[in-house]
Amino acid sequence: MAIYDVITGNDAAAWGARLSKVEVIAAYPITPQTTIVEKLAEWVEKGELNAKFIAVESEHSAMAAVIGASAAGVRAFTATSSQGLLYMIEMVSWAVGARTPVVMAIVNRALGPPWNIWSEHTDALMTRDTGWIQFWAANNQEVMDSIIQAYRVAEDKKVLLPAMVMLGGFVLSHTAMPVKIHDQNKVDQYLSPYEPPHYVLNPKISEAFAYGNILFPWDYAKVRLSIEKAMRNAVDVIKRAAKEFHEIFGIWHGDLIKEVNTDDAEIVIFALGAVAEQAEATLEVLRRNGIKVGVAKIRVFRPFPKEEIAKIADKASHVIVIDRDISFGWDGILAGEVKATLHEYKVDTPVTTKIMGIGGDDILPEHIEKAVKEVIKK
Amino acid sequence: MSKSEEHLLLPISHPTKGAGGKTGTWRVFKPVIIEEKCIKCMMCWMYCPDAAIEVSSRQEVPRVNYDYCKGCLICYEVCPVKAIRKEREV
Amino acid sequence: MPKTILDELIEAGEYLLPGHTACPGCGSVIALRHVLKALGKDTILVIPASCSSVYQAIYPKVSINVMIYNVAFASAAAVASGISQALERKGFEDVNVVVWGGDGGLIDIGAASVSGAAERNENIFVICYDNEAYMNTGIQRSGSTPPGARTTTTPIGKIVGFKKPMAYIMLMHGVPYVATANVAYPTDLYEKVKKAKSIKGFKFIHIFTPCPPGWRFDDSKTIEVARLAVETGYWILWQAEYRHGRIHFELSPPSRPYLDASKRKPIEEFLKFQGRFSKITEESVKKLREWIEYQWSIAKRFLDMSAQK
Ligand code: SF4
Ligand code: SF4
Ligand code: SF4
Repeated sequence: MAIYDVITGNDAAAWGARLSKVEVIAAYPITPQTTIVEKLAEWVEKGELNAKFIAVESEHSAMAAVIGASAAGVRAFTATSSQGLLYMIEMVSWAVGARTPVVMAIVNRALGPPWNIWSEHTDALMTRDTGWIQFWAANNQEVMDSIIQAYRVAEDKKVLLPAMVMLGGFVLSHTAMPVKIHDQNKVDQYLSPYEPPHYVLNPKISEAFAYGNILFPWDYAKVRLSIEKAMRNAVDVIKRAAKEFHEIFGIWHGDLIKEVNTDDAEIVIFALGAVAEQAEATLEVLRRNGIKVGVAKIRVFRPFPKEEIAKIADKASHVIVIDRDISFGWDGILAGEVKATLHEYKVDTPVTTKIMGIGGDDILPEHIEKAVKEVIKK
Repeated sequence: MSKSEEHLLLPISHPTKGAGGKTGTWRVFKPVIIEEKCIKCMMCWMYCPDAAIEVSSRQEVPRVNYDYCKGCLICYEVCPVKAIRKEREV
Repeated sequence: MPKTILDELIEAGEYLLPGHTACPGCGSVIALRHVLKALGKDTILVIPASCSSVYQAIYPKVSINVMIYNVAFASAAAVASGISQALERKGFEDVNVVVWGGDGGLIDIGAASVSGAAERNENIFVICYDNEAYMNTGIQRSGSTPPGARTTTTPIGKIVGFKKPMAYIMLMHGVPYVATANVAYPTDLYEKVKKAKSIKGFKFIHIFTPCPPGWRFDDSKTIEVARLAVETGYWILWQAEYRHGRIHFELSPPSRPYLDASKRKPIEEFLKFQGRFSKITEESVKKLREWIEYQWSIAKRFLDMSAQK
């Protein structure tokens, strides 16, 4: 039976892992991720979750351990944030080459120095080019559901890539919201146990082999190209995963994108995660003022939904991208991606970047409304 | 590889004798076991870094596999009765 | 004829296949041959960046006939922890999950993950072959390089540190089994790995493996150099088990005579073969002697502790 509860984003993330029946969890504490792994550790100790919890000595080792666990044939989970993500990044990249479909929750937090524990997206966006599938959750229900969907996608035999699910630090991680915690049987119906189709590190069930010894550039290039192919396959797999999720659970978070009032919109706001949710919340007021605004909530940042973005932008007369992040010397990170996409698809709708909410600075409805009104004035 | 597997080209290697080629070509000196002198102590076999000395029981005189022997001459050094001689090859 | 350990070694077969690409005379592969004989086929080697990532040969072939997982430099003990926990979760027993790496990977950059895995008492082996420098990248000094040795980053043999006593450090973690070994004594090594195999929990074995090109001595002298390390007291062979709050420490037979310092050969005997010490200063030799004394003083402490009832 499903349970209706009011829980934080971190608890929702823990529930996502629990309902996915993860078998090995390795984690290292960092604010604001801690309550995810505390919850999981508690369930493991109480015997409510049949998993091994490895309290490793660093994030680098957390990712290393889940790679090893996944390679040995189990479903593995970890979670981190900010500096922790950067400390593990060598292994984050390694998980892709190892083709270990692990799932990681990232509670987005600003980078130091100076110390700042509040929300910002730059941490996860720094892993943009590693080959991880990236889900950006807009609310706590989506946090939980995206983790379940992430396993479906990551473990799909057309994909076999790791996936991360982002939730904004504090804005989601420590904010309680109503969440429907799904019935385990239904989740089992949606997500079958992990059966690695490619290789298993277990001499009891497999002949000896070596994974990852040196190869020549021409072979290396083919191996890397296959990752790109897997990433492309992921597009359809994500769409199918979202569709079937909707069929079973009756919840629709979008697939790669969730469009809100974009059909007749003159101005479309693009944003990630909880920022997109906040933009959505301003729509009512703006529309009441006669401004035709829509929001495209970018749910999946890798693979990047280029075609969808181009189509949405093409219909609009102006695009605003809100970035809670910055690539110094370049642009907002999402804005840069959107601009490049529109160039590729020969869409000439003007794009305005709005960088807001850096280091947890508030993003209030009036900030978004002001940004829209500025565009209209021009 | 079929088209449907192109996304899963994995760097998996399989155990193979001679994986690094015929390493016997690296040799400058060649160790030669003198059967009559050999006391079958197996020291040469034990210390060969290349598993290039073969033996299937202690009753046999060990044999050098020249396809892979790199000519380090550890066997020559460790033989307690000087039953191995070295010959220059190149 | 009764079956001896030599028969056992022969019957164990070869998991290190001929035609690998280690340098002629490499000590590391001699050690690996015997380690694998003791471990057998139900083994997973987790290999961080090291000479062994190269000498296993090139894709799509490999010259080691057990399962191998190549991993990033600092990650080996953590990857092995994950594998071991996963196998346990799946109900598989009697699989040897073994980190096989060099001093760079396990004593320097990966030391934190080795220490973490030890502290958690993961059911894994960490086996370090110590060639006393970063050989794979071209002989740069490591935390395991002895004072006075020339490397490409200590080109005149500047004293930087004191070779890190990693096996003792691991012993202080209170893990079930720690041992040192040396390629000149392969049966001792083989027995130690077998012993470790019978113990559940964290096992650390530190093997002295001379490297002819890195230490600059003739390929044929690997065993002689390794033996001199023991006979001069430079490398002490011991094993220790930790049980119920007590360490049971014992010197292995080849090292026993050298507890008495007067029985040890002068350190110069060990140094003279090796080009890396050809310009060693009196000061460095003094430092080395000091280091040897220090190692033995620790061994003596552990011996005394073990003797107490
Ligand atoms: S010369 Fe070296 S490689 Fe050749 S058989 Fe003797 S020990 Fe082995
Ligand atoms: S070391 Fe010498 S005596 Fe012993 S088995 Fe080899 S060749 Fe024969
Ligand atoms: S450099 Fe030294 S340790 Fe590395 S393969 Fe060559 S001999 Fe062995």
